[in-house]
Amino acid sequence: MAGPASEAPTASPRRSSAPGKVGNIVFRGISTGAGFVILLVLALVALFLLYRSWDTITADDQRIADLTFTRGETFWPYVLPLIFGTVLFSVIALVIAVPLSVSIALFISHYAPRRMAQVLGYLIDLLAAIPSVLYGMWGFLWLEPAMRPFFVWISDATNWLNGFAPWRYTLGYITTPLFGEASTPARVALMAGVVLAIMILPIVTATIREVFLQTPRLHEEASLALGATRWEMIRQAVFPFGRSGIITASMLGLGRALGETMAVLMIVSPGFRINFNILQAGQHQAIAPNIANTFGEGSAQDDGLGGSVLIATGLVLFVITFGVNLAARWIIARRAEFSGAN
Amino acid sequence: MSKRIDVKNLNVYYGEFLAVEDVTMTIEPRSVTALIGPSGCGKSTFLRTLNRMHEVIPGAYVTGEALMDGQNLYGRGVDPVQVRRQVGMVFQRPNPFPTMSIADNVLAGVRLNNRRMSRSDADELVESSLRGANLWEEVKDRLDRPGSSLSGGQQQRLCIARAIAVKPEVVLMDEPCSALDPISTLAIEDLIAELKTEYTIVIVTHNMQQAARVSDKTGFFNIAGTGKPGHLIEYDETEKMFSTPSVKDTEDYISGRFG
Amino acid sequence: MTTPTLQPQAALGGAGQLPKHISWYVLAGGLALSFVVLLLFAEPTPASVIILGGAIYVAAIWISSRIVEGARRATDRLATAVVTSAFALAMIPVVSLLVTVVDRGRTMMSWEFLTTDMTGIFGDMRGGGAWHAIVGTFWVTALASVFSIPLGIFTAIYLVEYGRGRLARAITVLVDVMTGIPSIVAGLFALVLFNTILDPAYRSALMGGVALAVLMTPVVVRSCEEMLRLVPNELREAAYALGVPKWLAIVKVVLRTAIAGITTGVMISIARVVGETAPLLLTMGIITSTNLNAFDGRMATLPVFAYSSFRQGGVYLERAWAAALVLIAIVMVLNIIARLVSRYFAPKGMT
Repeated sequence: MAGPASEAPTASPRRSSAPGKVGNIVFRGISTGAGFVILLVLALVALFLLYRSWDTITADDQRIADLTFTRGETFWPYVLPLIFGTVLFSVIALVIAVPLSVSIALFISHYAPRRMAQVLGYLIDLLAAIPSVLYGMWGFLWLEPAMRPFFVWISDATNWLNGFAPWRYTLGYITTPLFGEASTPARVALMAGVVLAIMILPIVTATIREVFLQTPRLHEEASLALGATRWEMIRQAVFPFGRSGIITASMLGLGRALGETMAVLMIVSPGFRINFNILQAGQHQAIAPNIANTFGEGSAQDDGLGGSVLIATGLVLFVITFGVNLAARWIIARRAEFSGAN
Repeated sequence: MSKRIDVKNLNVYYGEFLAVEDVTMTIEPRSVTALIGPSGCGKSTFLRTLNRMHEVIPGAYVTGEALMDGQNLYGRGVDPVQVRRQVGMVFQRPNPFPTMSIADNVLAGVRLNNRRMSRSDADELVESSLRGANLWEEVKDRLDRPGSSLSGGQQQRLCIARAIAVKPEVVLMDEPCSALDPISTLAIEDLIAELKTEYTIVIVTHNMQQAARVSDKTGFFNIAGTGKPGHLIEYDETEKMFSTPSVKDTEDYISGRFG
Repeated sequence: MTTPTLQPQAALGGAGQLPKHISWYVLAGGLALSFVVLLLFAEPTPASVIILGGAIYVAAIWISSRIVEGARRATDRLATAVVTSAFALAMIPVVSLLVTVVDRGRTMMSWEFLTTDMTGIFGDMRGGGAWHAIVGTFWVTALASVFSIPLGIFTAIYLVEYGRGRLARAITVLVDVMTGIPSIVAGLFALVLFNTILDPAYRSALMGGVALAVLMTPVVVRSCEEMLRLVPNELREAAYALGVPKWLAIVKVVLRTAIAGITTGVMISIARVVGETAPLLLTMGIITSTNLNAFDGRMATLPVFAYSSFRQGGVYLERAWAAALVLIAIVMVLNIIARLVSRYFAPKGMT
């Protein structure tokens, strides 16, 4: 047979063509290199922050106390109220957002018609697309005036202990009204917590929704076949299955809330106390907004020590959020193995 | 604790699609009725209409009647939840609640109605239900272990115990042994023979020999082709069905010519 | 066998039943009642009417169901009411935010606003606009993309096509953790990096770009990884069977198949960082004029411009809303285009 047959590639074993081989090595190298760069960047972040914080660690206590913004404290007494404030705002946000998210996720997964599930999910995800500076503006100019009367009401409602004299002399932290005298405007921790709750709602809801949708049909039907109403079926089959998912979702939301800067910066009138007067202004502050607030003036002080102190607080925040996120992902990984084994 | 079921001209629809057409049959109390037929012929679909579980799928509905001792399961104002209290179901794959203990599993259905059950009453019910399911001796020492720690056959018997704990009138079984090994299958078949003294049992099975072993009456379902509705072809005493069936299709299926 | 105390077998008709569609009537009634109450005692606004009406609805439906239908049904109805109300409640911020920004933003919105910067504007003057901020946002986003898109795509390629074992697992975990870095920490990192290597007063869009790249890369990695995993293995094997070297197979087959999804993922990640404020506040500051040099000097960006205008108040507040409107328009457009790309260009079965 003449013609094409003689031009066809021979059957004799031939090594993969040299260009292919080089290309493979190069490409693989670039890809692996990219992976390394990720690790490197993370390490660099930690390292550079540590590097710049070093001055704070080694500095004379008095120098730190002499900075204008440290209120005459040394480092840890300076940062402790900030840590408290960070956690306080985030916990308030969680307390509000998690039950709401569970309900919304339940609504999308088990109550609304299935066809609408995607659209409804998208509507909630819209909340995630909104820039934080807009949340700050809206929170300050629309939400706060709207919620102010409600905060005043809470303050009044928890004021009933005032007449009860012995109460006033008991535990030093608990005063009355329980959460402080409501300030107007309500530039307070509770307000920040509400806005943060709205901001973390999409990620918490989406995570929980996924878990609820994965509830095994078999267990739902077992429940229904026993004569359960929809709510009873959810309690018997959906919640037990979704419990760890709700926890991970909460941790993801927590991580997000801990790191938020702008919304808190624009809403809260800061203070540096450690207390639970979440209705009162001038009480609390979180690490991130504090850095944003103080950096302009403070960073150049004392030959850069001011900047170092602020960056050290940033390092503290980094460690906290790192830990929370790591724990959340670890729980997800464990759960994935567990349900895979099932 | 068992009622008769009269089905009259029942049609099952999924939206526009007619899945099962015009079934009429009477199921006697305290008997075992087997439903057999090739895959996809609608026997499971029909079974699910007896406790209104088909309604779990949106758009599913029936026309016709299903009466339990004269009460229409599909009457106006009848709550499916109430129906399911009286018509229990055991599924193809055992599904004990994994986060509940064995005892809690047994009581799961009962607890829906009776929050306040005294401890001694609850314990008695657990024992009697597990005995009724031939599982008591095997698990009596580990009632607080999770339901998923049992073997497949034991899990299925746990599901049966759970179903009978609410004292239903009728127990439906959708291929209860198809996921089990032969030893467990025999155990369940023995159990069915005992249960029929108290409950009306309807069992869907792929296994003709099983139908021949356990049932008093057998219904044969068939389907003309894919996309066509399923029909009840013949319904008669089991002995007669398997020796001298009246309809040719039945005979073909039973002798293995198709299915 | 003694019979424990169960309720007697109820007839199938059971307890009473509320009429069908009762929920809608009660809801309407609740809203009406809430409107009247607010009218008399306070000021009815859409949000307050809905909230009070919702509360009345939930209470009323539960009470009436409890009386007529019994406890179990009532609890079921209560759950339905609560869950639906939760969703409605969540819609209030969505609607309110969008309505507010559009409503307040349009007073200052104009072609002039989009094409002028703030040079020479001060006090009560009404002129000026966000041009410098738009330019800045463009530059910083472009720089961030230049860093994070190749890095993200190649990391995703590594994780999907090459990675096995501990390195890959470590990278996966750390990418996830990286998504949680607070934005201000990313800004501090860029600040420290450049101020150490260059001089302490250095500020530029490049710094902002690096900070945003730290935030953007993990998002790119995640979405690209997902897209690459969706490409069926059969395609890869078909390429190998034809004697195509691995790297070419990845480029010509896998990437080409996933390209729509990758584009979508990239656009979404851009939409995520375009609104970041805190890191840019630190690294780029704010100025009133247009700086076209991305590598030297401060530059305005939309979010920072909005923030600083907000802080100044007065007329500036209107500018803040207008800038926020531009920002959210950009985010929405990016999201919509991303979805359209996904819908129309993704191969069947790969959305």
